[in-house]
Amino acid sequence: MLQVSIYRYNPETDSEPSMQDFQVDTGGKDLMVLDVLELIKSQDTTVSYRRSCREGVCGSDGLNMNGKNGLACITPLSETVKGNKLVVRPLPGLPVIRDLVVDMSMFYAQYEKVQPYLINDTPAPAIERLQSPEDREKLDGLYECILCACCSTACPSFWWNPDRFIGPSGLLQAYRFLADSRDLATDERLSRLDDPFSVFRCHGIQNCINVCPKGLNPTRAIGHIRNMLLARAT
Amino acid sequence: MVRSVTSFGRSGVSDWLLQRVSGVILLAYFLCIGSALVGGVDYLSWRDMFEGTGMRVFTLLAILSLAAHAWIGMWAVSTDYMTERLMGKKGNVLRIAFQIACSLVIFVYVIWGVQILWG
Ligand code: SF4
Repeated sequence: MLQVSIYRYNPETDSEPSMQDFQVDTGGKDLMVLDVLELIKSQDTTVSYRRSCREGVCGSDGLNMNGKNGLACITPLSETVKGNKLVVRPLPGLPVIRDLVVDMSMFYAQYEKVQPYLINDTPAPAIERLQSPEDREKLDGLYECILCACCSTACPSFWWNPDRFIGPSGLLQAYRFLADSRDLATDERLSRLDDPFSVFRCHGIQNCINVCPKGLNPTRAIGHIRNMLLARAT
Repeated sequence: MVRSVTSFGRSGVSDWLLQRVSGVILLAYFLCIGSALVGGVDYLSWRDMFEGTGMRVFTLLAILSLAAHAWIGMWAVSTDYMTERLMGKKGNVLRIAFQIACSLVIFVYVIWGVQILWG
């Protein structure tokens, strides 16, 4: 029997959050954490969490499992469980709506700030704006982000200043458009980032790289942005 | 809400660059002092070393670098931890008091350093 401890909080009835223990029979299989949550939900239907695709594509079930952020649907028990114990908490640093469900508004507000869309006012060609294979390659490792928020909510700088520091996820997306040969707003984008908080609150802690379920490297993208800002300012 | 009027250069890049450059200057200075100390010093050789204008200017540069480095660092610490988000309204009071205290201490050290060098 796997010992599972789940963070519970219902703001309508609870004065403060608490941990609730469950025993789960995994049948000796190396289940994913999401499967374990589903088993728990069959014991207690009030346990709340987000999920959708259950295969690491939608980014809905970002959770903190035994102290590390990740997607419950693609985290096998063998990777996270130590000593037959699994502790599941919501992503740290964001307001809890209920149990494992967090309010992502602050995270999305930062994403919105980086204008995550192509800016190019020149007349669109009949079919599509073409890129050379080399230019297209520059977007690899950037466009794959699924906005699960595992990285930003593992970042102490984002915990302290979630309203002013864009955070690893938003900055990875900022660089995705700075690096795009079809985008013509590079200078305006950089101007919007050149304050002491948006980019420069990154102190290279690198928790983001450590937790990204897609294996992306926001710290490196932030380094590229910093170099672009530096090149422009000196 | 934390704004950036109290940051050193008011721009992220300038603070970042200054933090790096002052760090390198401080490293060079402490290596220089360290190598003098390892070679063994007595009062006379120490005094001779600081008689030269070059060493005095280098020391002044190191003091100013330390001042800038310390301000940028302490400012970052105060805007991370002493905020309205973390402490409520008293975070603002504490942060401003802390920043004033830091700037006073840094100012006194700079003046004191100049006095020692050319006094
Ligand atoms: S960079 Fe990785 S961890 Fe961060 S939001 Fe994107 S996919 Fe999730």
